[in-house]
Amino acid sequence: MYDIAIIGAGIAGSYIARELTRYKLDIVLLDGENDVGNQITMANSAIVHAGFDAPAYKLKGKFNTTGNLMYDQVCEDLDVPFKRCGSLVVAHNEYEMATIHELYQNGLKNGVPGLKILFKEEVHAMEPHISEDICGALYAPTAGIVSPFELCIHAAENAVDNGVTLKLNHMVTAIDKINEHFKITTNCGEIEAKYVINAAGVYADDIYEMVGEPYFQLLARKGNYFIFDKEAGSLVNSVIFPCPSKKGKGILVAPTVHGNLLIGPDAEPVDKGDISTTTDRLDYIKQNALKNCPSLPFNKIIRSYAGLRNTPIKDTFTTTDGDFIIEESPVKGFINVAGYESPGLTSIPAVAHYVVEEIVKPLIPDIEENLDYNPKVRKHLRFDEMTEEEKVDIIKQDPKYGKVICRCETITEGEIIDVIHRSAGARTVKSVKKRCRAGMGRCQGGFCSPRVVEILARELNCSLDDIMYDQQDSTYILSGHTKSVKEEA
Amino acid sequence: MIYDVVILGGGPAGLAAAVEAKNDGAEKVLILERDRELGGILNQCIHNGFGLHTFNEELTGPEYAERYIQKVKDLNIPYMLDTMVLDMHDNGDLKSIHVINEENGYMIIETKAVVLTMGCRERTSGAIGIPGYRPSGVFTAGTAQRFINMEGYMPGKEVVILGSGDIGLIMARRMTLEGAHVQAVCELMPYSNGLVRNIVQCLDDYDIPLKLSHTITFIHGKDRLEGVTVAKVDEKLKVIPGTEEFIPCDTLLLSVGLIPENEITRNAGVVMDNRTNGAIVGEMRQTSMPGVFACGNVVHVHDLVDFVSEEAVLAGKGAAKYIKGDLDTEITFTTTNGDGIGYVVPQQVAMTNVEEKVTFYMRVRQVFKDKVVNAYIGDQLIATKKEKKLLPAEMVNFKIAKDVLAQYPAGEIRFVVEEAK
Repeated sequence: MYDIAIIGAGIAGSYIARELTRYKLDIVLLDGENDVGNQITMANSAIVHAGFDAPAYKLKGKFNTTGNLMYDQVCEDLDVPFKRCGSLVVAHNEYEMATIHELYQNGLKNGVPGLKILFKEEVHAMEPHISEDICGALYAPTAGIVSPFELCIHAAENAVDNGVTLKLNHMVTAIDKINEHFKITTNCGEIEAKYVINAAGVYADDIYEMVGEPYFQLLARKGNYFIFDKEAGSLVNSVIFPCPSKKGKGILVAPTVHGNLLIGPDAEPVDKGDISTTTDRLDYIKQNALKNCPSLPFNKIIRSYAGLRNTPIKDTFTTTDGDFIIEESPVKGFINVAGYESPGLTSIPAVAHYVVEEIVKPLIPDIEENLDYNPKVRKHLRFDEMTEEEKVDIIKQDPKYGKVICRCETITEGEIIDVIHRSAGARTVKSVKKRCRAGMGRCQGGFCSPRVVEILARELNCSLDDIMYDQQDSTYILSGHTKSVKEEA
Repeated sequence: MIYDVVILGGGPAGLAAAVEAKNDGAEKVLILERDRELGGILNQCIHNGFGLHTFNEELTGPEYAERYIQKVKDLNIPYMLDTMVLDMHDNGDLKSIHVINEENGYMIIETKAVVLTMGCRERTSGAIGIPGYRPSGVFTAGTAQRFINMEGYMPGKEVVILGSGDIGLIMARRMTLEGAHVQAVCELMPYSNGLVRNIVQCLDDYDIPLKLSHTITFIHGKDRLEGVTVAKVDEKLKVIPGTEEFIPCDTLLLSVGLIPENEITRNAGVVMDNRTNGAIVGEMRQTSMPGVFACGNVVHVHDLVDFVSEEAVLAGKGAAKYIKGDLDTEITFTTTNGDGIGYVVPQQVAMTNVEEKVTFYMRVRQVFKDKVVNAYIGDQLIATKKEKKLLPAEMVNFKIAKDVLAQYPAGEIRFVVEEAK
């Protein structure tokens, strides 16, 4: 029997798992996917918001600013690329300028540091590629960009290093409350735990309904994105938002922490699991992004993708108002972390702290501190970011760092082997890509994917056609041997 | 040690350039190759059809490469395998090249001249932005070719190919021979982007339909590819509503274009040509950076390897001339692409370096029948090249004799497609 079972190993579940290891608890982290951080965490805007959007009375407003200010320490401990590049909300007319003043006031209430309303000239001095058509902007210096999947993966790695049991490919099918504990049924057997934290992203309402009367519902809203080649990466220096509307924050243009450029997302209600991109939506993004950045080089696009938000919807049986649902549910001992959409990524350090200290701790009176807790992951050696001297040294120590596998991002075999053998390590081509960027560059794995398959097979001691792209069994890359090889065998 | 000529890439261009430089008197030549063997992409091109121009026989890719590898070995030209060039710096008379490999670690190699022969890479599904899901089972044709021919594994069984570039056509046949079922090759343009002989030998001979003016509008399947929606496009390349058709398949191969790989070139500050995505080069394939030469697919995407070798000979010669101080840098002519022509290589000509003739390589923008390519300097027609049919897939080789060019003091040579007179 585990003390706590966490359902969902996205950013919320993984980070809360890590935070819980500050205490001596037996924790299991479950996910139906073949990797951690494989759904919402994988496909979003990758922005650490400053915190001026959400009203102060909401959990979103409360946690955004605090979460943001924790990022420097968190990203240092977890060795995650993070850059406080600042953000601009751009206004095109007086009406939008009024909104910007409202955001400014709200930001002050939320305690967002350094907010400033800029004149057109000041904006252009900072961002020469922004449209001439603007009249001003709200500048938030604390906004930043991060690698969301690396944050999640490293949090999961750190959680496992601190004693958490990670079970992937465990799809929860039923939950029963038996006396004072829960029996969780999965496709891979049953798991028992005294407490459950439901961090199942867009499926958190379905998970809750397995054990309690529904009191909230989640709406999947899809957003499409484009990623541009690093050649376009310096088009903007900060995150450029349009003026927000009721629909959301609008189509942003942002540098990524790895040096690419990102535009998106739109918002479209869809069925859960629909992460297909569509022509009209992709066109819509292009058109809207052009309003703020007219010189976007669309011939430099290297990837498009879509991700989901899980928006809590207000209807007859809900108490939520589009806010996070972070509470012990009416089912005692069952904690919901649901409706966890933007600014969820930004808020997570603060939310995890709140969940552990304010919700879990009071439930377990005899909780003991884990004196062995280590908040740091072992440093990732990123060859491309090293100085010449460091490069010389690392290849001397381990010659595998002298062999470049991914040409576009200059990722060495040493780095790939490392991410395979870490806790919560890579098992698939996609999980290698998420962890060390092999295949993330302009050729999108054209050259390196056969090599990555080979390295995975060698390190995991299996054959090439056992290696999956993503999900277990269903995302095979190779369908079998060619004729000649079969005959020889 | 200071090298005379260092060659970045041991594919067909690099091998031929190395051999030529050595034969022309460059003593210390070194080839740097990032893969585990010399030969480049030829190693995975196990079909025949290589070498008709160079050797008057039909060789497979590895056989063609072997001829040059043998020459490299006979001439005792050293090479380093599994070696990646990180960057190149111009220090005036010497260039320094930063490279790494497992055996020697981090090295800074100094050389008088450099020949860039990094080749090209394939355009991806990301670059062309096909809507839908992102399942496994979508490969560039070259990646699939590597899996099949080098690793001995099949990427799938039911196949659709998008783009009729040569690798796509070759792979249609290859997958068929390996027991896969190729349902169709879809081509956005109203004409194929591959060589005619490949259409005949790789599609027609196996009854594989070539759907011209068709594209893929949706990729189905959340995990492994389950199918594609194919639709017809109009003359503006817009999808014609109502023509969509679902084709179930587990594999989609893309053969939608090749892009010269010029990261090192750009970072070093060599002047580039937007039309070719390669460096601007002269008649000896010299670039804007003195002592740096480029040839093969890194300059412009060729149709036949024979022409890569031909171009590499010029670069090898040029590099050997340069280190002896014999390369003239004064530009006599520049070239430009007029109506119907997409690009011209070389973009510059220094007449004193020219021996007998200059071969201008170019590609037409669309299919032309019964037209000619004319070369002008100012209003003066200086040469004409007749072709029954001009295809974008087939490079035009336009040779102009030195005597003809020598009649003009300087200027711009303009190539245009015109009516035959």
